[in-house]
Amino acid sequence: MIPELGHFALVLALVIALVQAVVPLLGAHRNRLALMAVGRPAALGQFLFTGFSFACLTWAFVVNDFSVEYVAMHSNTATPLIYRITAVWGSHEGSLLLWALTLSLWTVAVAVFSRNLPEAFVARVLGTLGWIAVGFLAFMLVTSNPFTRLIPGAAEGRDLNPLLQDPGMIIHPPLLYMGYVGFSVAFAFAIAALLTGRLDAAWARWSRPWTTAAWVFLTAGIALGSGWAYYELGWGGWWFWDPVENASFMPWLLGTALIHSLAVTEKRGAFRSWTVLLAIGAFSLSLLGTFLVRSGVLTSVHAFATDPRRGLFILAFLVAVIGVSLLLYAWRAPKLAGGGSFAFVSRDTALLGNNVLLSVVSASVLLGTLYPLFLDALGLGKLSVGPPYFEAVFVPLMTPVVVLMMFGPFLRWKGDELMPALRRVAPAFVASILIGLGTAFAVGHVSWRTVLGLALAAWVVLASLQLLATRLRERAGASAASRLATIPAAWWGMWLAHLGVGIFIIGVTMVGSLENNLDVKMKEGERVEFSGYTLLFRGVQDAPGPNFAAARANLELFRGDVDIGTLQPEKRIYLAQQMPMTEAALDVGLFRDVYVSLGEQLEDGSWIVSLHYKPFISWIWAGCVLMALGGILAAADRRYRRLAERRLPAAAVQAA
Amino acid sequence: MKAKFLVPLALFLVLVGFLAFGLRLDPREVPSPLIDKPAPAFSLARLDDNSQRFGLEEMRGQVWLLNVWASWCVACRQEHPVLVDLARRQVVPVVGLNYKEVRGDGAIDARRLAPEQELAMAVERARGWLSAHGDPYKLSVLDLDGRVGIDFGVYGVPETFLIDQRGSVRYKHIGPITPESLEKVLLPKIEELKRAG
Amino acid sequence: MPADRFLRALRGAAFIGGCLLVAAAFAADAPTAKPLVADPALEARVLDLSHKLRCLVCQNQSIAESHAPLAVDLRDQVREQLAAGRSENEVVDYLVARYGDFVLYAPPFKATTLLLWLGPAALLLAGAGWLAIRLRSREREAAVTLSEAEHRRARELLAGNAAVPPSSKEPRS
Repeated sequence: MIPELGHFALVLALVIALVQAVVPLLGAHRNRLALMAVGRPAALGQFLFTGFSFACLTWAFVVNDFSVEYVAMHSNTATPLIYRITAVWGSHEGSLLLWALTLSLWTVAVAVFSRNLPEAFVARVLGTLGWIAVGFLAFMLVTSNPFTRLIPGAAEGRDLNPLLQDPGMIIHPPLLYMGYVGFSVAFAFAIAALLTGRLDAAWARWSRPWTTAAWVFLTAGIALGSGWAYYELGWGGWWFWDPVENASFMPWLLGTALIHSLAVTEKRGAFRSWTVLLAIGAFSLSLLGTFLVRSGVLTSVHAFATDPRRGLFILAFLVAVIGVSLLLYAWRAPKLAGGGSFAFVSRDTALLGNNVLLSVVSASVLLGTLYPLFLDALGLGKLSVGPPYFEAVFVPLMTPVVVLMMFGPFLRWKGDELMPALRRVAPAFVASILIGLGTAFAVGHVSWRTVLGLALAAWVVLASLQLLATRLRERAGASAASRLATIPAAWWGMWLAHLGVGIFIIGVTMVGSLENNLDVKMKEGERVEFSGYTLLFRGVQDAPGPNFAAARANLELFRGDVDIGTLQPEKRIYLAQQMPMTEAALDVGLFRDVYVSLGEQLEDGSWIVSLHYKPFISWIWAGCVLMALGGILAAADRRYRRLAERRLPAAAVQAA
Repeated sequence: MKAKFLVPLALFLVLVGFLAFGLRLDPREVPSPLIDKPAPAFSLARLDDNSQRFGLEEMRGQVWLLNVWASWCVACRQEHPVLVDLARRQVVPVVGLNYKEVRGDGAIDARRLAPEQELAMAVERARGWLSAHGDPYKLSVLDLDGRVGIDFGVYGVPETFLIDQRGSVRYKHIGPITPESLEKVLLPKIEELKRAG
Repeated sequence: MPADRFLRALRGAAFIGGCLLVAAAFAADAPTAKPLVADPALEARVLDLSHKLRCLVCQNQSIAESHAPLAVDLRDQVREQLAAGRSENEVVDYLVARYGDFVLYAPPFKATTLLLWLGPAALLLAGAGWLAIRLRSREREAAVTLSEAEHRRARELLAGNAAVPPSSKEPRS
């Protein structure tokens, strides 16, 4: 009964989404407030019914209702409760439901936090979001109903893919979807603006916090996914340039360009048609990612079970959403020319330059991801495009981005003198190159990539420090602390996020250049020297889990004669699918991880133990955390300012 | 509407065209680079008599099929009746390449076996399977370590190679042969080669 | 890279202050475990090359990552041939001859991959060109609006004694 209720709620959500898609837009077109006002309650209703439907599916998992096909395929009575709940989004149908729920959540957020926007504008935004919801809910109901019954019901379920039974997977998909789907808000704002023809600084100001928030979620989601791959796949890789990873990375790149472009549009009124195109592009790439994961046109480690009918449906949906919005763009954008003028040497130019570069990187990743498909479709053979290609393309293209990223903030808006600006940054720039070379020599790994990476990281850090010092000097105030306090949160956000890029580069460079790996055969009581550490093998014991059998090794980790702790890597067999899994054990440190995974037992009774030394790898995620924190600060600042604007009249009255 | 603002839409539509086409393709099917090239030479022990070896040269002058199979291969069982039927019609000789009979079976730890044990086990399993399901092969050879399989670029069993009179690979079928693919693709190609030869 | 060399290097870098390699006294008496492979240097080459080769039966993994039987076989082939003294290129040629370009994660540079390899550079040039045109036109606008003549005309207009409209150019918002 509960699954039927969930199914029914989904149908109702679709009906409400249709109302939300049609009525407010009609109201905005005819200028009828009553019709526009339908948008907010419809958004809420759609959220409630989608949420109810989601709760029903969760319930089916919690009570092990194996008469629901989706539950029977992805859960098991022995699966721990937390993974039965996360199994809701562990595969195609349920993750679509999460998609729809996330979308309705964003829609409700827009409906609630848009009280100070013009009604007609809100109506158009909600209408646009309504159409997207219609597409996804219909997609689910037509091709991928998670509530399909299994008749007769199964006695036992097939369990969730063991790879997904991991704490990282509890939160990674919801974060990622919040990011992906969050770009739909920026997209809807852009469409609404195109419809009204009103694309001004106010529009950019409204869009900014939403876009930044989505970007923060996407950053966190991607970082978490990469962290998951690092410790779950058993050999310490953290990024694979898999089509599905690229599918989340491309919107991130374009989204990064978008938040910067929005800044210029808000502050200077420039780049308007470009900003709109980026907003459409970022969300289009999110949708394209959804298509790639679910259609089966590309092989990927992460791809869902596929069905050509689904692919066709999403493709049609893609054409409808992206095609119509690009048509709208072609119709309206020509009227958007102009904006604030600026000189060749200006912060505006630096931002536009990086925008173009990020778009080129994004397009190149798209090219590499889809090239095998292009070639196959043209009958020119099959090939694979993998990490060597993407690295060869990515590094040279991102280098100028990073250089420009730290140069831009030293330039004034609108126009600046080139030579004085260069003189301002020259010491830091030269010092970075020297530091890059010096450090590479010092760590004994002089390759162009190490030197480049370390120099870039040094450049980011030094320029950040200089930027802060300059900022403090410019501010009036008695003490450094009081001057610090006057710096707005948005500036701190920018500063932190950029610094995060530097920290990230340090992590990537160091681990790429200096990581070390050793596979050994170990018997109880044996030790191994590895990268300055000693590991003592204390044997293997049985460690059965709720739905798996496991062998757990005990390795004591020493540095010198200091006992750092015991590492317990496991080798598991998940019983329902008889699938072997390695659970690596890590000693996480600020400057290095010691990563141990347990392999097979050999005939002579010894075990294969795989040791990895990963210098500075935590810095990769620390960098991502800084970027996300920076985003949070930037988004918070906007909201604060809006509140302040509203409070201002009251304060003025009091003062008078 | 200025033309340059239509560029994004145009690019998108081109992309959609490719994606739509892509839906009809199978990204996992990899074409063989051996097509129209001489088949890799090999010499392997025969299943019916281990002391005798078999090589390509014995089939020179004939159009024939090399079918890669194993008793642990589930899809082979699905394909097998088609091969048995083909053998009954005596259109073309089929040679079986028994691929990693023991090592390919995940249930057996082949590392613990001595070479002669592995050979005996492979022979027993393969012969047992053929007597249970019918033997469509002119003969089968044993590729215990899968080395010849690698030479032929085998990546999924079953696979079938069509080889012409001069010993060149002319066609590769990946996955089980269905009655439909036999009638529509394989047999016409075989006829064509026979006529040409 | 050998561990001790790395540590020496780190010491030099003073990244981790005072991290000195001291023999582990507690574990010092224990017998040393044997490496899984006799030749770690060779194994490093095998792994390095394997990461660039695609496993055909897996969804999208290199033969270094995959546990599929074919991946194991191919990894063994790589090891065997490198051990026999063949170069990386020869091993790659061997595999391409059997499985085609599909096994390479770095596609070869040839007619059909021209667009793939040159595409990013072409995109970069196109982006730079577009940027240059945009900036040039903007700068012209800026120059026009800020020119001395413009200012004079504006002053004259404000004074109400302009004889001729300054230009037919539409004002930009």
